[in-house]
Amino acid sequence: MLPEGNWITRAPNLRRKAILLAKVQDEGGHGLYLYSAAETLGVDRTELLSQLHTGKAKYSSIFNYPTLSWADIGAIGWLVDGAAIMNQTVLARGSYGPYSRAMVRICKEESFHNRQGYEIMMTLAQGTPEQKAMAQDALNRWWWPAVMMLGPSDDKSPNSDQLMRWKVKLESNDAIRERFIDRTVPQAEFIGLKVPDKDMKFNEKTGHYTHGEINWDEFFEVIKGNGPCNAKRLKDRVEADKKGRWVREAATAYAAKQAKEREIA
Amino acid sequence: MNIQEAKFQYLLRLGDSSLIIGHRLSEWCGHGPILEEDIALINIALDFVGNATSLLAYAGQIEGKGRDEDALAYLRDEREFRNLLITEQPNGDFASTIARQFLFDTYMFFLYEDLKNSKDETVAAIAVKSHKEITYHLRHATEWMLRLGDGTTESHERLQSGLNDLWMFTSEMFDMDEVDAMLIKEGFAPDLNKVKTAWEKRVKEVIAEATLQIPTSTFKQKGSKEGKHTEYLGFLLAEMQYVHREYPGAKW
Amino acid sequence: MEDTQWPVWEVFVQGNPGIPHKHVGNVHAPDAEMAIQNARDVYTRRSEGISIWVVPSNAISASSPEDQGAFFEPSNDKPYRHPTFYKIPDGVKYL
Ligand SMILES: [Fe+2]
Ligand SMILES: [Fe+2]
Repeated sequence: MLPEGNWITRAPNLRRKAILLAKVQDEGGHGLYLYSAAETLGVDRTELLSQLHTGKAKYSSIFNYPTLSWADIGAIGWLVDGAAIMNQTVLARGSYGPYSRAMVRICKEESFHNRQGYEIMMTLAQGTPEQKAMAQDALNRWWWPAVMMLGPSDDKSPNSDQLMRWKVKLESNDAIRERFIDRTVPQAEFIGLKVPDKDMKFNEKTGHYTHGEINWDEFFEVIKGNGPCNAKRLKDRVEADKKGRWVREAATAYAAKQAKEREIA
Repeated sequence: MNIQEAKFQYLLRLGDSSLIIGHRLSEWCGHGPILEEDIALINIALDFVGNATSLLAYAGQIEGKGRDEDALAYLRDEREFRNLLITEQPNGDFASTIARQFLFDTYMFFLYEDLKNSKDETVAAIAVKSHKEITYHLRHATEWMLRLGDGTTESHERLQSGLNDLWMFTSEMFDMDEVDAMLIKEGFAPDLNKVKTAWEKRVKEVIAEATLQIPTSTFKQKGSKEGKHTEYLGFLLAEMQYVHREYPGAKW
Repeated sequence: MEDTQWPVWEVFVQGNPGIPHKHVGNVHAPDAEMAIQNARDVYTRRSEGISIWVVPSNAISASSPEDQGAFFEPSNDKPYRHPTFYKIPDGVKYL
């Protein structure tokens, strides 16, 4: 929730401000739906949060990159949410009920995120030369993280194999990545932007794009918690949680008092 | 002052208050005491931004100089803003935010109830829509007033001190000047004395139920109607406006 | 006091008049009023509902997966409970 939250107070007009608020709010909701699904499995949120706060849980590596300009908000919606949709549609068709139900809901909302992001990029790309440069710069920085977000190559993925065997996940990471690239590259071309991969080529024979080498070292570093924003984002989360403690306690105390009063009455 | 200028000023007062308090609430994003409350605060912020957009768009129309809602929100300086001082006060802790929202939401609730009867069709339509939203905002703030006021010793103290700090900004909500006088006569705007009576009654009731005390300070800080703000507004606008101002004339 | 994320409430939303409330997920809340408010903010942001029910999660008792056979299979061989089981001649109306 935090990387884009940064830009809510700086959104360049009222319409964008409202859209970004609604989008970031949805992302908070996604966290909640997934916690909710996990709770059906018997893991409670306090436990999940403490895993997150102590760095035990591996949260989506994308949140470790900084958002440096307004165009990043466009790039995130378009690329990161776009990649998320690819991942999630696969999970939505998976076999675990509560999880795939949450995913169905999430996917609907992601499609709004995806479009608003593309709309931002399109507006910038058609704007002043400075705006176009801002959009291209954001694409340069977010392209590879988004491509990596679809998970390690099949020969490098520890979880994917097992998830596929259990039918929680129905397709391999590389297959999903190919579909993402096939859809996204023409979208970039349409608005006059270029993906930062000099080896990207369309293969007439297969009908798919082939991409250049992916820097998996960076991916595994970020997952390990060594991204540029890892420590800060985590600290912000822990801080907010600590600051909220007295509020949660107050509401609990009030509820207990009310329950007691009802008993007496 | 002619009637057109009075309407423009009045719409700025309403629109700016919603814009600025909505902005303040949006600063909570990702920092709420629990995930559910983050989502709730953003919902409320969104209502305020929407309300501000309608009011500022109409203000620009009335002014007739080709300024739209974004020009008004992003290209005016501090001294031209007409939001109530209470709306620009920093969030502080969750208790301060709840105190600010409760005092302002109660005001807005009764004000918009009367605005629904405005003879101006656009204002009346905006008020009808907004009043439903405010009804929920006030419920949210009131429920939190009760829980924090009558929760733990710590929450009680924090909320009381939030109320005490903000109290001096409440009196200007009900001040009336030439603008109000002209517009009351027109049937465009309501008499704030009536709003004041209802506000005082409700605020007293809730504060008592929450086991809190009405602040005793009698000092009254005013100035928003002439654009004399507290220092906080300048920083808020600097952050809010910088991208828009950095690229003059650009579309977003 | 022990820090908590508040009790869990299951949320049921009614989409339109006359149709049943449907389970949509859960929220955390200190009490019923806040659970309803939170459910409203989390699950009805896109006009999904006209009415909300919340129930403390721990108040729900459920049949267990092991019971599935004993509970539900015996009804499979009793098609005579369904109106389509009976053949009515073409000419007969309103039946
Ligand atoms: Fe999401
Ligand atoms: Fe998203």
